[in-house]
Amino acid sequence: MHHLLPLLAAGPLLGATLLVAAGRRLPRVVAESFACAVCAATGVLALVLLLNSSPPLTEWVGGWRPVHGESVGIVVIGDGPSLGMAVLVSLLTLAALVYSWHYFEEPPRGHAGSYPALMLAFQAGMCGFAIAGDLFNMFVFFELMSVVAYALTGFRIDEAKAVQGALTFGVVNSLGAYAMLTGIGLLYARTGELAMSRIGRGLDAYGRPDALVLAAFVLVLTALLVKAAAVPFHLWLPDAHAVAPTPVCMLLSGVMVELGAYGVWRVYGTIFAGPGGIPAADLERALVALGVLTAVVGAVMCWHQRHIKRLLANSTIAHTGLFLAALGVLTPEGDDGAALYILGHAGVKAALFACTGILLDRYGNVDERALHGRGRDLRTVGVLFAIGGLALAGLPPFGTGIGKAVSEEAVGGPLTVLFVLASAVTSGAVLRVAARVFLGLGAPPPKGAAYETTGADEEPETSGRLDRIPGTMIFVPAVLLAGALAVGVAPGFPTVVSRAVAAAGTGRTPVDVHWTSTGVLLGCLSSLLAVGLAAVAVVRPGLLTAPSWALPLRRLQSGHVGDYVAWLLVGATVLGALALPGVLGG
Amino acid sequence: MHVFPYLVAVWIFLTGCYGLATSRNLIHAVGCLAVVQSSTYVLLLAVGYRDGGTAPVFSDLKPGARPLVDPVVQALALTDVVVGATVTALLLALVLQIAKRHGTVDPDELTELRG
Amino acid sequence: MSRFFRLRVLAFGGAGLAALLVAACFDLPGFGGGSHPYGDRAVRASLARRTANVISSVNFDQRAYDTLGEMSILFAAVLGCVVLLRQNRDEHRDRPEPTEVALPVRRYALLVLPVALVTGLYVIAHGQLSPGGGFQGGVVAATALHLLYLGADYGALERVRPIGVFEVTDSLAACSYLVLGLAGVLAGTAFLANTLLPYGTFNTLSSGGTVPLLNAAIGMEVASAVVVLLARFLDQAVEIEEEKGS
Repeated sequence: MHHLLPLLAAGPLLGATLLVAAGRRLPRVVAESFACAVCAATGVLALVLLLNSSPPLTEWVGGWRPVHGESVGIVVIGDGPSLGMAVLVSLLTLAALVYSWHYFEEPPRGHAGSYPALMLAFQAGMCGFAIAGDLFNMFVFFELMSVVAYALTGFRIDEAKAVQGALTFGVVNSLGAYAMLTGIGLLYARTGELAMSRIGRGLDAYGRPDALVLAAFVLVLTALLVKAAAVPFHLWLPDAHAVAPTPVCMLLSGVMVELGAYGVWRVYGTIFAGPGGIPAADLERALVALGVLTAVVGAVMCWHQRHIKRLLANSTIAHTGLFLAALGVLTPEGDDGAALYILGHAGVKAALFACTGILLDRYGNVDERALHGRGRDLRTVGVLFAIGGLALAGLPPFGTGIGKAVSEEAVGGPLTVLFVLASAVTSGAVLRVAARVFLGLGAPPPKGAAYETTGADEEPETSGRLDRIPGTMIFVPAVLLAGALAVGVAPGFPTVVSRAVAAAGTGRTPVDVHWTSTGVLLGCLSSLLAVGLAAVAVVRPGLLTAPSWALPLRRLQSGHVGDYVAWLLVGATVLGALALPGVLGG
Repeated sequence: MHVFPYLVAVWIFLTGCYGLATSRNLIHAVGCLAVVQSSTYVLLLAVGYRDGGTAPVFSDLKPGARPLVDPVVQALALTDVVVGATVTALLLALVLQIAKRHGTVDPDELTELRG
Repeated sequence: MSRFFRLRVLAFGGAGLAALLVAACFDLPGFGGGSHPYGDRAVRASLARRTANVISSVNFDQRAYDTLGEMSILFAAVLGCVVLLRQNRDEHRDRPEPTEVALPVRRYALLVLPVALVTGLYVIAHGQLSPGGGFQGGVVAATALHLLYLGADYGALERVRPIGVFEVTDSLAACSYLVLGLAGVLAGTAFLANTLLPYGTFNTLSSGGTVPLLNAAIGMEVASAVVVLLARFLDQAVEIEEEKGS
């Protein structure tokens, strides 16, 4: 069974190469059906491997099994979290492919296969990253998914915003990747190994952590936190997610950003968790501090957007902050909560983007103010959008609800307030959009002010504006929401996730995870708060619009690549400072 | 002397970052990114060096005759070169389209995305 | 942010990172040190599989899975460039005018072209024996073709470089690398396992098992990928023009 693990990356790549080779002659329908079939087959393979992943699978690619504990090969890991992420990646890619069925105006002439081939390569990159057990291999697949993501983000080359967002994305993420490679160089110099578990043992054998360990930790985490869009590494994300084609947004926000958080969990657990690594207290301080900052900044920025895709992108930032805070407390409950939250959030966020895509293709516009009341005739889409908005607040029994409830229990104390507020504000922003656009509530807002990105005058992604919404474009968000619901209601599913996370070699005993009355209450509280915020925003817009203290925060989001690089360096410094005490004090 | 090559790598890394942050031309910025990347070549190859070592290629060398430098970092550096070249090509393609759509490659003048 | 503020932020971030990295440098093992456990194992493994160039053994045997990712990055970047540098709606193609080339340049380019091409192929073919391999040789071979652009003109280059064929070759070469990897799974060993072919005689062209095959696949992929990549950029520079008045 374990021999099949590398096929999670190789399978979609094989499909991509065949599509490009034959793509010049294939009609579009055939190319896209083939891509869907390959994507689904990879998903089934990931699922079968997941069901057989207890005890965790390991595979030495090329058959280089360790002799006397030493190997020259590359190890890939098939445990619950890695294969779970691979399944999630495959499902979302399939959803995005189905959503974009007959979607783009026209593929590049004579290259019908290039868009589905890029999507398959994206899937391969993300799956390869998820199952990587070797640090350099992780870097390679990190780069693969990044490169494909830049190309997909800039896919609509006639949009000035799209190419700018894609370049910013490319520069910041590549810089992060090179930081990671520098970190790999440092770790290799110290331990002479590349497999993550061997590096961890090498560090432990060396003794107390020193500046080298701290620098390697900072550099590797910089790359992963850039991917995860933690503040202050996050500035590229709204620019990229707002301009990418909608199906690509579904993947970027739904799973690629979360893979960054997953990478942090994997790298810390396998490399830096031992006595020679970074002490747990320091990691907790760093991740919780960055997580709180990220959640607050994301929620505030989310509230102040009028470009709907940018609003959703900022809500992704806020939620990543919550995931990082949940992972940061380093308890089994925190890991379980983050895993469930990521699963639920992926479905909800992808569904919201899918609904926004319909607006874009019908009205050539994703601006909340310009669309005021124009969505009245899209009743189904409006209902889906509103349900998605409520699910974002963690309304029971959605998967986001149980994920949030378990995380809140894990973090405890004042951080619970953060979870309730951040999810309520982001959800409130989405509900505000739903009320204004689909119900036409409130007075038509004035034409807006200075420092912001409007969503007006966008090109639809389909050939011309849609008169009738294709069935697939409604079906996909509905199924995604149903999936997010299933995460929360399927009996025993949370416990299964908890067991899979515990079996992933962290040596923790699985905990029993289920809905608690506190969790349900807090979930309802968040949803009520969200509805309240949205209602106030619609009825009395003056009360909640742009207080002046949010303006400096918005000015940071300048779209200038130099600013983003400067903040990336600040982020690395802050990360180093947060983790410094444990390295200094014996 | 024993840390000098490593310090060179750090210097190149930071120089590239400075160039990226202060760049007034996106083509120059992509070049600066390549500079940051070349610091990783220096670091990897410096880490793999062994005193008196020669290339780990046995076409005209008897195994065991001389010390060898670490072949693994050389393979990593090769991967790194390929990755860097392809990323640079892709980013330059994007810069080309930016020049067409915005009529400028000065990042200070790109004001479409903000707030 | 104003330029001044950006510089302040940069100075703060850069100083912090610089301090951290410099401190890390002083904790690194001294330059030229003797401890390279992975490297020593790689040399032993390479000799055991009769591959004279240890770096090729690492790239195409021991860590062939990394090379798969690397090849995919190249493949995806080429695909991305094809998509990003496509002809847009408001653009049209112009036939480039033939241009005069200075005679010495013309003679030199046409003289060097075959030499460069053969050198590239030689470097690919001897990848498992001497320094070089598919990546390096592929780039040399691909750039050799472009001497035609310097020595003659764009039209001459286009005649020897049917871009569609190179695109298909690029993907088929990538495909064959994957299929060679899958053969290991089908044979019941492991993905990309180098156990199917005899290892041959040390230091000959046919040594190293599947290493020369994977190396050749990469050589073909890189050569075609670089041709396609350069073609897309040359297209933009030479052929594609914006519509007037748009």
